[in-house]
Parts: sequence; C-alpha cells; structure tokens
Amino acid sequence: MDFSSFLLMRQEILLLAIALLLILTEIFMPQNKKSSIVDLAIFLFGIHVIIGFFAIEEGSMFGGMFNTNNLIHFFKNVLNVGVFVLLLQSADWLKEKIVTHNRGTEFFVLLFSSLLGMYFMISAGDFLMFYLGLELSTLPIAALAAYETTKRISSEAGIKLILSAALASGVSLFGISMLYATTGSIYFNDIIEVITATNLSILGLILFFAGLAFKISLVPFHFWTADVYEGAPISIASYLSVISKGAAVFILMILLFTVLKPLMHIWEHIIYVIAIATMSIGNLFALRQQNMKRFLAFSSIAQAGFILLGLIIGNQLGTATVVYFVLIYVFSNLAAFGVVQAISLETGKENINDYEGLYRTNPKLSLVMMLALFSLAGIPPVAGFFGKFFLFIAAASEGYYILVFIAVVNVTISLYYYLLVVRAMFLRKSESAIPFFENKLYMRLGLIITVLGILILGLYSPLYDYIFELSSKLL
Amino acid sequence: MIEGISIYEILTLTSILFFIGVYGFITRKNLISILISVELILNASVVNFVVINKYLYPDMLQGVFFSLFIIAVAAAETALAISIIINLYRQITSVEVKDIETMKY
Repeated sequence: MDFSSFLLMRQEILLLAIALLLILTEIFMPQNKKSSIVDLAIFLFGIHVIIGFFAIEEGSMFGGMFNTNNLIHFFKNVLNVGVFVLLLQSADWLKEKIVTHNRGTEFFVLLFSSLLGMYFMISAGDFLMFYLGLELSTLPIAALAAYETTKRISSEAGIKLILSAALASGVSLFGISMLYATTGSIYFNDIIEVITATNLSILGLILFFAGLAFKISLVPFHFWTADVYEGAPISIASYLSVISKGAAVFILMILLFTVLKPLMHIWEHIIYVIAIATMSIGNLFALRQQNMKRFLAFSSIAQAGFILLGLIIGNQLGTATVVYFVLIYVFSNLAAFGVVQAISLETGKENINDYEGLYRTNPKLSLVMMLALFSLAGIPPVAGFFGKFFLFIAAASEGYYILVFIAVVNVTISLYYYLLVVRAMFLRKSESAIPFFENKLYMRLGLIITVLGILILGLYSPLYDYIFELSSKLL
Repeated sequence: MIEGISIYEILTLTSILFFIGVYGFITRKNLISILISVELILNASVVNFVVINKYLYPDMLQGVFFSLFIIAVAAAETALAISIIINLYRQITSVEVKDIETMKY
C-alpha cells in the first residue's frame, strides 16, 4: 500500500503529533519543571511553522473529501504564523496564571486541536468534512473561553460562545440538508454541476450562510462577540478575532466562489445588505465603548464588514484582495491585542481611560499600539491602508459604487474612535498613568513580529502579486 | 420508506421541530432549556438528512452517514456546554439567564 499520498496532510499530521507529544511530555515531566512546557510548546510549534513554509503538492484525498492546493497551503501558513505570534504573546500569562495551577498542557492541546479543525475546514471537499472541521475548531475554543474557571465572566463568556456556536451550526446544518435535498450530494464537486436556483436551494443557501455569519460575527449575528471577547482570556479573544474569523472568511469565500457560484445573483444581494449593516453597526457601537476588549470586538465586527466588499464580486480579484486583507488584518489585530495583553498582565487595567499618558511612561508600547490602530483604520504608510484600498478597488471594478461610498464613510467614522485611543495615549496627561514596565522576551518578540508585518507587508508589493497568482487556483 | 406517509409530512414535522427549537432558544430563561432547544434544532437536521436520503436518493448513503456524525458531535457539544454550566453554577448557584448578564452592550 502506498502511504505517500498522506504527505498531502503533512501539516495536519504534524500538528496532531505535536499535540500528542505535549500530552505525553506532561505525564513524564517532573513537578518542579512544569513551566518549561510553555517553552517546549512554543519551540515545537515554531518548527511546525517553519516546516509549513516548504511547498506541498496539490491534490485531493479520501475520494475528494480533503483537498489541498497552493492557495489553501498559503492560508494555512498565515494561520500558523498568527497562532505562533499569539503563543509568544500569551507565554507570560500562561507561565504566571495558568501553569502554576497545573493546567498548562490542556491550553496548548485545545488550541492546537482547534487549529487542526481549521485546517480541515479550509481543506474540506465536502460538507461532512466541512462540518467536522467547523465543530472541531469551535468546541475547544468554547472550553478555552471558560478556561479561567475561578472568574465568573470567563464562564459567562464560555456559555455564551458555546450556545451561540451550537445554534449557528444547527442552523447551518439545516441549510446543508436543504442543499443536499436539491442536489443529491454532499460533495462540492458534484454540487457545482447540478445546483440551480430553486426556492429550496435558496433557503438552504440563506440558512447555511447564517451559520457561517455567526462565526465571522456579521450583523445581525454579532451579539455574542463583544461579551465573549470581554469575558474570555485575552489570548483567546485575540484568537477568536484573528484566526477563527480568518479561517471562516476563507472557507466562506471558497464555498461562495466555487460551490454556490450558480446562485451568485442571490447571494450578492445578501452580502450587499449585510456588508452595509455590519460596517455601520460595528462602527457605531465601537464609538461608545470604554473597555479596550469590547472596543476591539466591535472594531473587528466592522472589519468583517469591509472584508465582505471583496467577497461580493466573486472572481479572482476578489479572492486575492480578501486573502491579502486577512493577512494584514491578522498582524494589525494581533499587535493591538498584544499590547492590551501586556498591559493587562502587568497592571490588570483594560479601560481606554487607563491608557492616558501611556506615551510618557511606555513609549514603545504606545508606538506599537498606534501602528496597529493606524493599520486597522487604514492610514497610508502602514499595511492596513493597502488592504482596504485594494478591497475598495475590487468592489468598484464591478460597479458597486454606492457600497464603496458607504464603506469610505465608515472608514472615516472608524478613524474617529481609533484616534480616541491614540489621543488618550499621546495627548492626555494623567496623574495615575500606568508606570513604566519591561516586557519579557516572548512578549517583545511577539510584538516585534507584528510590527514588522504591519510595516513591511504594505510596502512589499510582490506579495500581493504572489497571492493574486495563487488565487487563480481556486476558480 | 414508511407506508402511507409521504416525504412532505415528515419534512413539515422537521421544519416545525426546527422552528420550535429556534423559538425556544430565544425565549427560554434557563440555560438547560436553551441547550434542549439547540438539541431540537440539531435533531431536526438529523431527521431531515435521513428522510431526504431514504425518499429521494436511496442508492447512496451520504445523508445517513452525515446524520451519524451529527449525533456524535451534538453529544460532545452538549457535554461541553453542561460542564461549563456546572462550573458557572458553582460560582453563582444559578443557571438562569438573568444572572449571567454582568457584561452588556
């Protein structure tokens, strides 16, 4: 028997091996050295990230249930780098708060199995694999959101996330069953050939879309977002807003652009309305937030609305701009969450008021935060500008001028609340400013990677050409 | 295939089941009841898959396989939700929705 085709699943197998190895290590590790499990996990995952950059063959396995091509492989690498930065940023929190209670390994095992679920979700070739990947990526995150078992808000975040996710997957499944009824198959390749716009398949599309919209937290399915981000540990909030949202956007894009392409005249109207609602409501609610985590939650809802501008046009340009925007968004949001994490770990403060006068005491941290917020807002020299610019160009190229106009108005509104934080850090003086503190090595490394990402990705134009070239694989 | 019962009747039943689940999810005040409502939604999809497979495409077993996986995943989901609810109960001795709204707006 030939096992070489299993090499297509190299990333998945390696990640699973790391998770199992960590469990074994925990059993055999002496009690007084438990905190080194964090270093070990980061080291192993770093190797996994590096191996991930080597090229992989294209192909499919298990009768078409599992596909991989260069675009999917590239996106898995984006997720890998995101998780790696996230691990670096949360290493100190883990060492101080979690490993001391003897619960370090579970964190990594749950996080890695969630990432494994995302791999399977974006590689899926049929709805069964997609569903299993979706659940495998969601359930561990709900457990991780409730991870600080002594804190009440952490449990509340966990229960809100698991119930919303269960409802979403239930609705999504009902939609899939209707698509199955109209097409007679759950394989994407079979569905493409026979799907037509009947009443039943349109209802199936809408229900299915609603289920995924929960994951991306599009309005009107966004109610869980702010509460879960506020209650969950910061690294998990960061994971939800960056990795989980990115993977869900990617698989939604694949499904809309390939499988559900014959229904495009239906779903472009849905996306049109939801994009406007998501951008506007996300922005308006972000204006009145005082807590930094809730603020970033609503800002990430608004960003999801901008991503929909690339989804609406349904061609190669759309794919390239969406992937490029998600890549930049990963780095910008990780930088913002990293600073919030560093300050929260050192002082326990999470409100925007507490950031007043931060530039005088911690200039480097406030510069990182400023770059991240500028990138999220889309101010020219940093990468976020190019991401948003390409998305708007893509939508305008298909004639969605009104939508682009509304998006530009929303960018202006978002500038106001992003600059509120910058003003608090740079212009306000405060007696009770956060005192100076040194970040530890891991956190510093994590922030440096994100800053490099924000500065370089926008200026290094071959990257966009590379993504554009890869995007032709999808269609 | 059941004698004398067409696919329309069963699909009507599953649709009603689905919307009872959604209604219950929105209106119930108790976390356990909300969980039961979610189970109703999932089970409506399970029945849908089996019935569609049996009545419309009896030569392939894709729907039946799918429903088996849904049942297993739903069990895992419930177990996790219950464990989080128990943890919450230890802290606030309540499973009512009105007691878990410290975070709002």
